[in-house]
Amino acid sequence: MNNEYITITIDDQEIKARPGEFIVAAARRNGIYIPTLCNMPGVHPAGSCRICTVYVNGRPMTSCTTPVAEGMEIETRSPDLEDFRRSVVELLFVEGNHFCPACEKSGNCELQALGYRLEMMAPRYPYQFPERDIDASWPKLIKDHNRCVLCKRCIRTILDEEGHHIFAFRYRGHNLQITIDPEYGKNLTDELAEKAAKNCPVGSLLYRGKHGFETPIGQRKYDKEPIGSDVEKLKKAKVS
Amino acid sequence: MPKKITIEPVTRVEGHGKVTIHLDDNMNVVQSRLHIVEFRGFERFVQGRPYWEAPVLVQRLCGICPVSHHLAAAKAIDMIVGAGAGEGLTPTAEKMRRLMHYGQIFQSHTLHFFHLASPDLLFGIDADPAIRNIIGVAMENRELAVQGVMMRKFGQEVILATAGKKIHGTGAIPGGINKNLSPEERDRFLDGKAFPNIDQMIDWSLDALAFFKDYHKKNKDIIDNFARFPSSHLSLVRKDGALDLYHGVLRAVDAEGKVILHDVDYRDYLDYIAEEVRNWTYMKFPYLKKYGKKNGWYRVGPLARMNTADFIPTPLAQKEFEEFRAYSGGKPSNSSMHMHWARLIEILHAAEMMKELLHDPDLQGDDLVVTGEKQYEGIGLLEAPRGTLFHHYRINEQDQITMANLIVSTTNNNEPMNRAVEEVAKSYLNGQEKITEGMLNAVEVAIRAYDPCLSCATHALGKMPLEVTLVDNKGEMIDRKRTGS
Repeated sequence: MNNEYITITIDDQEIKARPGEFIVAAARRNGIYIPTLCNMPGVHPAGSCRICTVYVNGRPMTSCTTPVAEGMEIETRSPDLEDFRRSVVELLFVEGNHFCPACEKSGNCELQALGYRLEMMAPRYPYQFPERDIDASWPKLIKDHNRCVLCKRCIRTILDEEGHHIFAFRYRGHNLQITIDPEYGKNLTDELAEKAAKNCPVGSLLYRGKHGFETPIGQRKYDKEPIGSDVEKLKKAKVS
Repeated sequence: MPKKITIEPVTRVEGHGKVTIHLDDNMNVVQSRLHIVEFRGFERFVQGRPYWEAPVLVQRLCGICPVSHHLAAAKAIDMIVGAGAGEGLTPTAEKMRRLMHYGQIFQSHTLHFFHLASPDLLFGIDADPAIRNIIGVAMENRELAVQGVMMRKFGQEVILATAGKKIHGTGAIPGGINKNLSPEERDRFLDGKAFPNIDQMIDWSLDALAFFKDYHKKNKDIIDNFARFPSSHLSLVRKDGALDLYHGVLRAVDAEGKVILHDVDYRDYLDYIAEEVRNWTYMKFPYLKKYGKKNGWYRVGPLARMNTADFIPTPLAQKEFEEFRAYSGGKPSNSSMHMHWARLIEILHAAEMMKELLHDPDLQGDDLVVTGEKQYEGIGLLEAPRGTLFHHYRINEQDQITMANLIVSTTNNNEPMNRAVEEVAKSYLNGQEKITEGMLNAVEVAIRAYDPCLSCATHALGKMPLEVTLVDNKGEMIDRKRTGS
């Protein structure tokens, strides 16, 4: 008997999970990829994008915010889950202005990579073409609201030395956007700006000191393998 | 009763355009116009974007020669990042860009000659349109068609190796290039295993020239006199007067060969060139300021380049260049159809240049980017396949583009194409009682010689319907003819 682990079932496979960890993390450790967008390993989840939705004992739950419990039966793949996730990605594409061809995040963009992985073709929803602006007033980075998917990753992960959040949300509803705190924004160093751009899953935060186009096509993250391959390799490694 | 003929769309060109020809009571041409009916708007929507996006964003103007826009924008942005205007880059960066550019010239010219223009030469201007297309060429002269396809492939592979993608790559970045050419990548072009190698490309370029010259010998009248009219010619030339498609100074000569723009720094182009807007087309009319709107127009492209350059810095192309110049008595050629001849000489030159570059160890260098003091304005010019291409940007303190001015090659050829249309319309249509498809194709052949990229977009391989409508002066339709499918 090992008290450190509990047993759960993911896709008919019994796996050991650590009490208190989220489903997505337990799956990841066991080489099972559940598509995510707003989630970042090691960062407290926001549950905002819903792409990681799975069935837990038959009910749809976001796997990034649901802790494991003994005996849980989890289903991560089924035609309706796949279609649901694809529909969420499509919604994100039509809701903003995502023009991959000229975006420096192309090839390193998680939204784009999910589109490919989930085999999104033309979105089923009408494009909204919202009028959004670019905030280029900060010295270290450019904030392009056209591409923002409101994942809150920048808000959650970019803090100054004293622990102040540099990014925040402002406005409400469909006007919601990320903003930089006028006071703490001054603490946005090159290092933090580069980290913010790296943590941004899309091309919404652009670090002035290094541009995505500097990486040749073919060497970008998702040129080499589809998103999720790193997780799935864990499983292959275990099997072999 | 006055009549108006509309040719819409014009086929076997890049993009969409239409021609209208107005005839008087005696069926004489009173006016003809080439209208460009798309509106692209890139100059406006690039505003507000970070300057480093420009080379990748604006190349989306075109799927045929995106490299030209990519590099012209990159040259302009080089200035903005303080890397100078075309001469300040590292040898690896400049040579990688040149290789990309010559690959581009090679594939684009090949596409035009083999896929778009050769059907007219092979079958005749008034041949049945059902066979007067690239498929017809493949059936009639398989070898020629295969060569065309393989040459285009070679150019595209060069672009892939230098820009990361065959169409719309990202190789050129502000101040340099994002990759070098690995020995493995280089060897693909030399060993001939994956596709015919560079030496084969040079041989095929010579074959294509021989094919054209043979045709010329048998069809002197059409090649020399079809759509022939005097004009000035403008292009970049290297500082020593050599043909150079990537960088140089601006030179223009008049119809007789007198230099009328003396090797000026292209960054001062606004001092010499202005654009006129006319209300019946989206394409502007550039002209040399000194000579005014009426007389300041000029031609650009392969023909213009043969007329402005003093020599070609590769041996085989130089030999062909000498023959070309001797044919018009050392003076500029003003024959629209000589554009094909000039284009083929440039295909050969591009192949020779690629060979030279592929053997240059600088391409395996690691010093890829230089930057200096930031500037707020950048101007980049180069010779695109279709002629001189101007990119001009201004940025603000926050790195956002505030102004973009693009004078695209085809825009420079706007007035010449209109002249060519008029010339041919008059000689083919004047006084004719019945307008045939062949006569209308003659008008298209004249436009096609300029290889226009009307929207810098896709093309239709001669399969688009050609619709001709005869209307009277009240706008009532008298007759309508539709070909193709």
